[in-house]
Amino acid sequence: MFDFMPEAVSTWANKVDWINSLITYIATFCTVAITAVMLFFAVRFRRRSSLVAEETPQLTHSTLLETLWTAIPTVIIIFVFYFGLVTYQEMRNPPPNALEINVDAYKWRWEFTYPNTKKSHNELIVPVNKPIRLIMTSRDVLHSFFVPVMRVKEDVRPGAYSVAWFEATKVGEYRILCAEYCGTNHSYMQAKLKVVSENSFQDFLARSEVGEVVALPPSELGKELFNQRACAQCHSTDGRTIIGPSMLGLFGKTETLDSGEQVAVDEEYLRESILEPGKRIVKGYLNAMPSYSGQLSEEEIRGLIAYIKELRNDGQEANK
Amino acid sequence: MSEAETANDKLNYLNCEKGFLSWLMSIDHKRIGLMYMASMFLFFVVGGIFALAVRTELFSHGETIVNAQAYNILFTLHGVIMIFLFIVPGIPATLGNFLLPLMIGAKDVVFPKLNRFSYWLYLLGAMVAFFALFMKLDTGWTFYAPYSLENSRAVITATSAAFILGFSSILTGLNFLVTIHKMRAPGMQWGRLPLFVWTLYATAILQVAATPIIGITLLLLILENALNIGVFDPSKGGDPLLFEHLFWFYSHPVVYIIILPAMGIVSEIVPVFSRKPIFGYKALVYASVGIAGISLLVWGHHLFVAGMSNFARYLFSFLTFLVAIPTAVKVFNWVATMYKGSISWDSPMLYAMSFVFLFLIAGTTGIHLATLATNAHYHDTYFVVAHFHYTLQGGAVVGLLAGMHFWFPKMFGRMFNESFAKFSWLVLFIGFNGTFLPQFVLGMQGMPRRYFDYPPEFEGLHRISTIFSFVNGLGYAMVLGNLLYAAFKGKFATSNPYLSKSLEWQTDSPPIKDNFAEIPRVTDWTYSYGATQ
Ligand code: HEM
Ligand SMILES: [Cu+2]
Repeated sequence: MFDFMPEAVSTWANKVDWINSLITYIATFCTVAITAVMLFFAVRFRRRSSLVAEETPQLTHSTLLETLWTAIPTVIIIFVFYFGLVTYQEMRNPPPNALEINVDAYKWRWEFTYPNTKKSHNELIVPVNKPIRLIMTSRDVLHSFFVPVMRVKEDVRPGAYSVAWFEATKVGEYRILCAEYCGTNHSYMQAKLKVVSENSFQDFLARSEVGEVVALPPSELGKELFNQRACAQCHSTDGRTIIGPSMLGLFGKTETLDSGEQVAVDEEYLRESILEPGKRIVKGYLNAMPSYSGQLSEEEIRGLIAYIKELRNDGQEANK
Repeated sequence: MSEAETANDKLNYLNCEKGFLSWLMSIDHKRIGLMYMASMFLFFVVGGIFALAVRTELFSHGETIVNAQAYNILFTLHGVIMIFLFIVPGIPATLGNFLLPLMIGAKDVVFPKLNRFSYWLYLLGAMVAFFALFMKLDTGWTFYAPYSLENSRAVITATSAAFILGFSSILTGLNFLVTIHKMRAPGMQWGRLPLFVWTLYATAILQVAATPIIGITLLLLILENALNIGVFDPSKGGDPLLFEHLFWFYSHPVVYIIILPAMGIVSEIVPVFSRKPIFGYKALVYASVGIAGISLLVWGHHLFVAGMSNFARYLFSFLTFLVAIPTAVKVFNWVATMYKGSISWDSPMLYAMSFVFLFLIAGTTGIHLATLATNAHYHDTYFVVAHFHYTLQGGAVVGLLAGMHFWFPKMFGRMFNESFAKFSWLVLFIGFNGTFLPQFVLGMQGMPRRYFDYPPEFEGLHRISTIFSFVNGLGYAMVLGNLLYAAFKGKFATSNPYLSKSLEWQTDSPPIKDNFAEIPRVTDWTYSYGATQ
């Protein structure tokens, strides 16, 4: 009746849902039953005349009743606590053979590093039916790693590791969300969880990232990165202002800075804006962009610049 | 009526002195209570407008009326104002101030000038808070580090506001504690103390015990900034978890500072409108003090997924479950009081009964959150938003409104329009449930809170919630409009229209400046309704 939980995809999601239903039924029963008794009294013993009748009985306490209604909730509560605890212990103790993946949270994107040092961005790829242990840290503020279908949530903190684990039971694509408020684009800090077969996972690991990357022409690499590294969250490519300036027609333009100074947008300015965004802020914008210093290779920076240059003219690239 | 009309020509606390200054400088607890009420509801309206702006933005996915940054500022404004300026001072500052001396048969609180000082501090704190809010504060009312440290000036200002407001509430708490100990009329033994006074007592203990923590937090924030030492900021070697612990060590007890007095109000109203003695007086007293005690030990339940040891999680979960027991006991006692009563359906009783229902929802969904296995899914989702609105709005605000209707003739010597009061109660009730019930479902489906934008499949429920939020807002406009009109233009009331036996009704309505012409002698408890009397 109250089955609003998302699909259950981890080994223990069904147990969590079972406890959840149990609590929901107890809660609904108590709320409805007590309210019903209250309403019944309110109607049954409704004052019928405007005169205040004072012949009501003197009932001030009842040791039996009061002991009973202290004891019953106590028993229910211990029962629920116990069931919740048993499942939680499972949720908190990853098996020793788990596959370990490192998670780095940034404002406002996710980066995943696999055992062979391969990385993926805003996309976590895991094999089905295999326990996955995530070792997570944040590079800036607090975030929280939330996968509704797994019933997993754990905060990701700067300067510390936190651990979460799950074992997916079904191939598919699911949602990873940030659940701890982390600033302007908190609600866009989402990633895909791709649960794949063991074979596809091995394929994915074996594909060399660098090989793939170099094979792309620079502006296409740039376009990929523009979305993957979440540039697109703040910068449109169709002229709209989101958080930062749009990239459309940006290259070659003259911008006015906060200081009043004028600056021409060239390759050097773009590079600096990517690596040290706070250094020169365009008038009317906040110093809100995180630095990508150390997170992009020279090829990748070149690719991004090539892509932005391509957006110089009219709106042919609009809406993507 | 004639008796009432003359009663209103008499000199009372409202008409004994005139002019703005006579109010601001007043040390009369009744006037101070009313001034708190006026200021707080002013802020409530402002906070409510921000809430409606938040809801309007969420009507559709994508950008609806404002951008992400403005949205984040809006929900911060809403949260900070509602929590720190409205509901934390809440019932103790308003009805507590007005009623405490009257209910125990005293002329005033024990330190009237300190009471006035508390109010001034409150005003000062509110001003500092608004100052902080103008600094584009977008951290939510929880100010979590290290995000908040990026705008450290705003956060230090906001914490200073919380500290000043906290100081005001410590002083009120102290004042109440000493008043209850020292100022009771002859014969007002502890076992005869009205239950509302008992809850004010339990609340005062919490105010005095928990509030200093906010001062410590402020000091650490300032030290970190001024001396550049690492306290909360990990880039300086600090620990953001420490901030979360300090924050909730204060803010969890605050939740009970907010709700306990509302329970006290319900315990006063149910007997009067059922013409029955309160059932289980002692249990209710122990439950209040018990809830206050346990509430100091459960702050960790806000941090189940924040990075605590497993053992700490188990322990905090268990302690949190314990709160449910005294809470359940209270509900049973209220319902049992109605058994075989002579129950009137006047507006205060409607509010009291709806309090019981709404608080049941609030309390039982607390079990979902206290259970570790389900908490992992629900934490920081709309389930939590719905849960705390059922406690804060469904519980504390509805309790406050119950009390304001019940004691309205006491405060103003006038009466509001009862049929309109019933009707606005209904609008409020429908609007509130329509707004927040869908949010439980959203939370179950995995919709995180503080989200400017959301995936399209959540749009349907968000729309329902937004539409009802306007009904909710309309309900408040009607309720407050009715009371405001009645305060100035309402019909004169008799001095005890609900025939309560409590001490505050044994003097004129509105009371004379010194409350009682002569300090009363108390010979019985306040709940002597029914046959043998
Ligand atoms: C018409 C009435 C109200 C409506 C429609 C409303 C709506 C909302 C909404 C939409 C949020 C933002 C949820 C999010 O964080 O994503 C919120 C947050 C909140 N509300 Fe309300 N609210 C109302 C009344 C109240 C009242 C009376 C109180 C307190 C007594 C209150 C306390 C809070 C608090 C503490 C937050 C959390 C703020 C934060 O996350 O920083 N609200 N409310
Ligand atoms: Cu985040």
